[in-house]
Amino acid sequence: MSDPIPYARAIPGTQPPLDSPSYGSTHKRAPRQEPIRAPLTLTEATSPRFALPSHADMSVVEGHAAMGERIIVAGRVLDEGGSPLRGSMVEVWQANAAGRYHHARDQHDAPLDPHFQGQARVFTDDEGWYRFTTIRPGAYPWRNHHNAWRPTHIHFSLFGQGFAQRLITQMYFPGDPLLPLDPIFLATADEEARNRLVAKFDLDVTQPEFALGYRFDITLRGPSATPFEEGHA
Amino acid sequence: MSTAHQTAGPFWHLIDFPEWADLLRADGPNAGAQGERITLQGTVTDGDGALVTDAMIEIWHADPEGRYDGAFQGFGRCGTDAEGRFRFTTIKPGPVPGRGNTLQAPHVQIAIFARGLLQHLTTRLYFADEPLNESDPLLSLVPSERRCTMIATPVIPGTWQLDIRLQGGAETVFLDI
Ligand SMILES: [Fe+2]
Repeated sequence: MSDPIPYARAIPGTQPPLDSPSYGSTHKRAPRQEPIRAPLTLTEATSPRFALPSHADMSVVEGHAAMGERIIVAGRVLDEGGSPLRGSMVEVWQANAAGRYHHARDQHDAPLDPHFQGQARVFTDDEGWYRFTTIRPGAYPWRNHHNAWRPTHIHFSLFGQGFAQRLITQMYFPGDPLLPLDPIFLATADEEARNRLVAKFDLDVTQPEFALGYRFDITLRGPSATPFEEGHA
Repeated sequence: MSTAHQTAGPFWHLIDFPEWADLLRADGPNAGAQGERITLQGTVTDGDGALVTDAMIEIWHADPEGRYDGAFQGFGRCGTDAEGRFRFTTIKPGPVPGRGNTLQAPHVQIAIFARGLLQHLTTRLYFADEPLNESDPLLSLVPSERRCTMIATPVIPGTWQLDIRLQGGAETVFLDI
């Protein structure tokens, strides 16, 4: 059996550091020791496949429309080599239009919406496309620093073809005035890498008389350009 | 350039399906799977030794023959509880081929997601009674005094304990793969 091709490692600055001084929760949770650089094996080059039902519309619960501005989010999931990820599970979760999660631990003084759960699961098609319908989430306060507010965002969880491609990220909205103030968004040093986390308004995704559309493409780690660089370790 | 990771935050429980911690559940992909039934458990603590009660742990491991392309789906997800504990039920994986015709000791890949982790952490669980641990290609890269942070010990037969320390003394070995 031939050895799996290693994944490319991140270009410096394009991923957030674990220890980020302005994001308080990192202080006691970021490891102090450098990680051990390990070779890619079958364990990390394989990934679960999920035979689960899709749930692509968060904007309606039991026939009742959620409160807020209905939107469509769509995009492609590719690897860094440009290959589409087919049949990949995309899980998303978010706050409601008022900025509150349907979650017991969220005590923000904003109304819950009985017709909004804020969780969906979709799978990419043969060209890597995913799509779901939801409500534009609200900003919400957090206790990181005085008068701290998270920019409007949707959490995304993705599985690729290898467990080493596993990704949890957040999608932001264009023009959000909170983005230049957010320690989580700003933790990634590279400006282009940050901007790729911001969805784009897209008239092609927009559905007439129904909902505005946003495009959010996601890139998972791809094959290393020099596959033999770390073949033996 | 790959998309930047962002923290899972404190409210990832919206994608928590508690039954996923039992890989052998009757209505799951592995119902009736043959093998040595095991429990994997542990706690997650931070740099102060405080319990991490809002982490999401995922596991991925091979079947008893060391394969990932068989019928068995070695994937589980479990949140830490109010005591910082996680607990999975599964079957014990076999040795897995390594690079260059080597053989890896039986192991379970672990991913840790939480508020305060801007990228998830990756480590492995090995089993203390495995002679193959001595020659495992990954363990051999880990300084010998830190290997114990990746080796689960039996609490009672079939129940294996591995505590994860995110930071500080006896910090868990994390991997960059
Ligand atoms: Fe959030």
